Amino acid sequence: MAADDETLTAPYLLTYDYRRSCGPVIGRFLAGLRAGRIEGVRTAGGRVIVPPVEYDPDNGEPTGDFVAVSSTGTVVSWAWVVEPRPNHPLARPFAWALIKLDGADTAMLHAVDAGRPSRIKTGARVKARFAAERSGHIRDLACFELEDA
Amino acid sequence: MSDGGADDKIEIVKGFIAPVRLRYTVNAGRASSRFLRGLTEGRILGQRCPVCHKVNVPPRGACPTCGVPTEEDVQLGEVGTVTTFCIININFDAKARELPYAAASIVLDGADTTLFHLIQEVPVAKVRMGMRVRAVWAAERGPSLESIDHFKPAGEPDAPYDSYKDHL
Repeated sequence: MAADDETLTAPYLLTYDYRRSCGPVIGRFLAGLRAGRIEGVRTAGGRVIVPPVEYDPDNGEPTGDFVAVSSTGTVVSWAWVVEPRPNHPLARPFAWALIKLDGADTAMLHAVDAGRPSRIKTGARVKARFAAERSGHIRDLACFELEDA
Repeated sequence: MSDGGADDKIEIVKGFIAPVRLRYTVNAGRASSRFLRGLTEGRILGQRCPVCHKVNVPPRGACPTCGVPTEEDVQLGEVGTVTTFCIININFDAKARELPYAAASIVLDGADTTLFHLIQEVPVAKVRMGMRVRAVWAAERGPSLESIDHFKPAGEPDAPYDSYKDHL
């Protein structure tokens, strides 16, 4: 009888395979990644924003003046991930970092495959590592690695 | 840094699949656990509200109308009445079903709320409000509503509208 009083539990997996449409700006950015190139947009004020945004944060006008930036940049800030989660871009410990690419005026968030936390610091120079097979997706940019590694 | 204008011919990415996956552990609670265990044994259980006396199935441990705890279990019949139904023409389920098929709200004899389940063994064009249907148990039963494989025509005259009009 005791077992009958116990409540049942079961694993439950809810999935939605959404198809997201990108629009012309993010779609162009992803096409650039597929080609192994990182692009941003130049605002009316002359700043280069990476990844590109659809509207100018200064005046709200549509953007669209694309600029290729370097695949190397500088770590602005970072946090170490001791135990990567299943959806993370790397299966081993890594750093989430704000990276300001050369030629950009804003920093983008991405993973740095630094190996151990003592090897990464604010100001560290990093370079993009592209995935071997690319499909026009943010994961085409596999991660960043230390430039002097 | 170079101007991207030379790349006007690049094919812009239009979209991508962005799957959302949510992993839950469902805790059924006491009332639903009794209901699910009943299904394993081939019994459909509801609970009667002590205030309005309506029998809710599946039972949730509280009356949705009165908000009071429900504790009295009521075993329901395997035969019920189709109150409303829909015909599905697009297969969105991973389980392959022959299209079109019908799904119906069924008020079981002795119950005051409806179960939603498949109607089979009848052409969809013949499914109708008031149709009397009988549960067909799955070959292997477990603590799941899938223990009832489907409902089929019970071979009885249709129920009069007045008998189920309050359950629509």
